[in-house]
Amino acid sequence: MGASTGAKLSGMQKQVLGLYRGFLRAARTKSPEERRQIESIVSAEFRRNSKLVDRKNFIYIEYLLRRGKKQLDQLSSPDTVGLSYLNVSNPQTRNS
Amino acid sequence: MATGLVRRAFSRVQTSPAAKLLCIRSHASEASAQTSPQPTPNLKTFQIYRWSPDNPTKPELKSYQIDLKDCGPMVLDALIKIKNDIDPTLTFRRSCREGICGSCAMNIDGCNGLACLTKIPPASAESTVTPLPHMFVVKDLVVDMTNFYSQYKSIEPWLKRKSPPEEKGKEILQTKKDRAKLDGMYECILCACCSTSCPSYWWNPESYLGPAALLHANRWIMDSRDEYTKERLDAICDEFKLYRCHTILNCARACPKGLNPGKQITNIKQLQLAKGI
Repeated sequence: MGASTGAKLSGMQKQVLGLYRGFLRAARTKSPEERRQIESIVSAEFRRNSKLVDRKNFIYIEYLLRRGKKQLDQLSSPDTVGLSYLNVSNPQTRNS
Repeated sequence: MATGLVRRAFSRVQTSPAAKLLCIRSHASEASAQTSPQPTPNLKTFQIYRWSPDNPTKPELKSYQIDLKDCGPMVLDALIKIKNDIDPTLTFRRSCREGICGSCAMNIDGCNGLACLTKIPPASAESTVTPLPHMFVVKDLVVDMTNFYSQYKSIEPWLKRKSPPEEKGKEILQTKKDRAKLDGMYECILCACCSTSCPSYWWNPESYLGPAALLHANRWIMDSRDEYTKERLDAICDEFKLYRCHTILNCARACPKGLNPGKQITNIKQLQLAKGI
């Protein structure tokens, strides 16, 4: 998020933005309505985590990066037509 | 146990209701006799690595104390007991419980091994169980095996032929001597104990194939039915893919199936040399 102020991005921030970019690129290969759907889900997920996750919790951010990379690999395959999500209420996170 | 069941069913058919009652009574007294002299519990503490993405704090070692008197002999039995009785959130992979699936590979007291084949160390009062070293943790004792599997895939672990089989629709036969060459390799269950114990693999997990994948590469190089031996040798003849093996032989120490991946890698290196000459 520091790009607008011209601040130097850390390696991990670059990785996160790179992953986001990868998702947007993968979305372009899908049908127009699916593309909109994918972009909204992905952008909501990134924005949610940018607020929720402690910026110094590197272990967790690296975990999310690896998970995101795996999901991106799946989405990039031409056999995948779209993206959907399920809202699972987690008792641990709901309390916090 | 099976004979006991049969016998009981048999007696039920034959005996009168009074005898049946007697029989039940005797069983009850038997059970109480077992529990009444309280044996001294043989307590042992397990320090288990815990980290969950649902609650992303720092990873920690959590202690669990169990009584070895009512627990199976293996580390996996202890883990299942902890999961059943103490903490159902403990996460680990397990399947066959007899060392044939390779799911329960983990680091027990500093040594890689299968939890189902490792006896609970009786000497010490405490044991540490952590995930496989230098692997990305997904949760608790579950690690991310993506890289390990993609390396296995990269050596093309299947039979490749240039000529069709002599008889159409029939298998390609092999002499007993040729088959014997595969002993010590075909037993590998890809548990990743060897690769994750190799310091060279720790430093180059992406570029170095690791003992497990190289053992399987040699398995297909040595197979008499495979006709792509030269191509296979060329594909792995690489400073990083193959020659990061410095014969440290941690792999042979770690292997729960008693194989020696280091020896198989040496065999590949010798074949590479012979090919060069």
